[in-house]
Amino acid sequence: MSQQYYLLRNREVPDIDQMPVYLAHGGYQALRKALNDFKPEELVDMVKKSGLRGRGGAGFPTGMKWGFLPNDGRKRYLVVNSDEAEPGTFKDREIIEHNPHQLIEGIIISSYATKAREAFIYCRGEFLFGSEQLNRAVREAYEQGFLGENILGTGFSLDLNVYRGAGAYICGEESALLESLEGKRGNPRLKPPFPAIAGLYGGPTVINNVETIANVPVIVSKGADWYTSMGTAKSPGLKIFSVSGRVQRPGNYEIPLATPLSTLINDYAGGMLPGRQLKAVIPGGSSVPLLTPDKVDTPLDYESILQAGSMLGSGGCIVLDDHVCIVGATARLVRFYREESCGKCTPCREGTYWMTDILERLEHGLGTLEDLDTLADVADNIGGKCFCPLGDASLGVLVSALQHFHEEFVAHVEQHACPMGERLYDTVNN
Amino acid sequence: MKPEWNQWAQEAKQQFPEANSSLLPLLYRIQHAEGWLSDETIRDVASLLGLTTQYVESVASFYSLFYRQKVGRNVVHVCVGLSCALAGSDSVMEHLEHKLGIREGQTTADGEYTLLEAECLAACDLAPVIQRNLRFVGHVDPENVGRVLSDDGKEVNS
Ligand SMILES: Cc1cc2nc3c(=O)[nH]c(=O)nc-3n(C[C@H](O)[C@H](O)[C@H](O)COP(=O)(O)O)c2cc1C
Ligand code: SF4
Ligand code: FES
Repeated sequence: MSQQYYLLRNREVPDIDQMPVYLAHGGYQALRKALNDFKPEELVDMVKKSGLRGRGGAGFPTGMKWGFLPNDGRKRYLVVNSDEAEPGTFKDREIIEHNPHQLIEGIIISSYATKAREAFIYCRGEFLFGSEQLNRAVREAYEQGFLGENILGTGFSLDLNVYRGAGAYICGEESALLESLEGKRGNPRLKPPFPAIAGLYGGPTVINNVETIANVPVIVSKGADWYTSMGTAKSPGLKIFSVSGRVQRPGNYEIPLATPLSTLINDYAGGMLPGRQLKAVIPGGSSVPLLTPDKVDTPLDYESILQAGSMLGSGGCIVLDDHVCIVGATARLVRFYREESCGKCTPCREGTYWMTDILERLEHGLGTLEDLDTLADVADNIGGKCFCPLGDASLGVLVSALQHFHEEFVAHVEQHACPMGERLYDTVNN
Repeated sequence: MKPEWNQWAQEAKQQFPEANSSLLPLLYRIQHAEGWLSDETIRDVASLLGLTTQYVESVASFYSLFYRQKVGRNVVHVCVGLSCALAGSDSVMEHLEHKLGIREGQTTADGEYTLLEAECLAACDLAPVIQRNLRFVGHVDPENVGRVLSDDGKEVNS
């Protein structure tokens, strides 16, 4: 499919991760425009008008978030969430590895708009190459005078630090991220106060996802009206969807919001493997309910996906076909939450343990019908009863799987075995 | 304590505006040099940063990439996330266990390899994926895992 790229420009321009190449292709022009032609407040208004919503999962309007910062003279911080660890999501990694200057340009513009004087990129610890790319690109930006004192002679100054996480999914949650950035264990904080009021080092802080910030230079150069010409009124603009699982061409696809899910799977990701049928899609990362094939034409915008019974989340789209065992797949995902629960609160710490235990028992044909009741009961004791959203996140796929594929769970009990075989999948690409 | 650690501690403190933010970067730097973080290292880091040993221990033990046990010269992480599982990562793990003669979580007797599970490594387009010393190797063929161990760890990027 022919495609226009605004975020994944590395697909069209080789070596755009290098400063000279980025500059030769219009790089940092949006920064010049923002600093020379706009007051910070005007940029906040522009982002509000563009309707840009956070791409980290919750879809919160970015301009509105920026507007929450109190005007009390305290030092402000901007923190970019590059902890990408939601299973099935791999869009931010492509940006930081292959188009890091667009992120940095976005950070400088966003810091100017929010009057932050110090910015941080919190980079997932496993992204070694990604953090090397970021460090190099930041150094290049300092050398060009895009960072540091008196940027482009405008009087605006900004420092940007790259900080490496060290292996903990929970540090993607914004308040846990701030704890980690302060050199602590990554346990979430009580909210309120929200980071806009008391964030990093207690100061007013904006936290945004990598993809969110990478959109900012595009909006500044092409205008808010151009951005809202794509998608819907409530979900305007562009989004990167990461497609993985049982499709022909797994990968990142940058498309306008409200593109039908079926177009993403069939036209962009090449459709199902030969002879296979779609069984279910997890459309927004591992934390959201799965959708059954009758929902495959749903437009990929926040409202439509919600109405279809799931969430757009991070845009990590995991495709399951008719050879995939739903019990096994669910067990695998719930196990992830058990591993990554930070342990601070009991329902999540203990509940994810029990659910994993039961699901693995069921998958291996050792479960009972009573186990199914216990599973529902434990889930009920987690839902809405945890300190942070990770607890609820562990239920998204499970509850929807129990609802839509109940007979498959029962079959595991009655046949004392997984009807689809021992393994989730045995051999590569078949 | 190595003589250069004091210098590293000062540099870490200078890079980040508030002192405690230097803890993770310093732990990384020392682990990179030493291979892992021993009890003694934890004590040393605490004294370098003016923190308690218990505090440094509680932080270090929270994060899976800080190794509180000795690891091999090569740490191999096999992604066991759903998308990788759908592409055969369980087989990858089994073949690696067989090839290295160890189970997940163990280190070979010659100290060359440690084999660990990883959660989704945000590279599901390359499934099944492993990392060797945090360098990605994608589309791993379970029948040919030797490639993962013998090549020079060159990163396969999307
Ligand atoms: C358990 C958990 C994990 C999260 N992981 C990430 C992540 O890896 N990256 C991210 O950008 N946001 C993540 N978030 C969302 C952040 O808390 C936060 O909402 C987001 O970074 C805000 O940026 P945005 O408004 O630009 O989306 C996570 C949230 C939770 C509850
Ligand atoms: S819900 Fe889970 S991850 Fe969140 S605070 Fe409680 S134990 Fe930690
Ligand atoms: S599941 Fe292995 S990289 Fe995502």
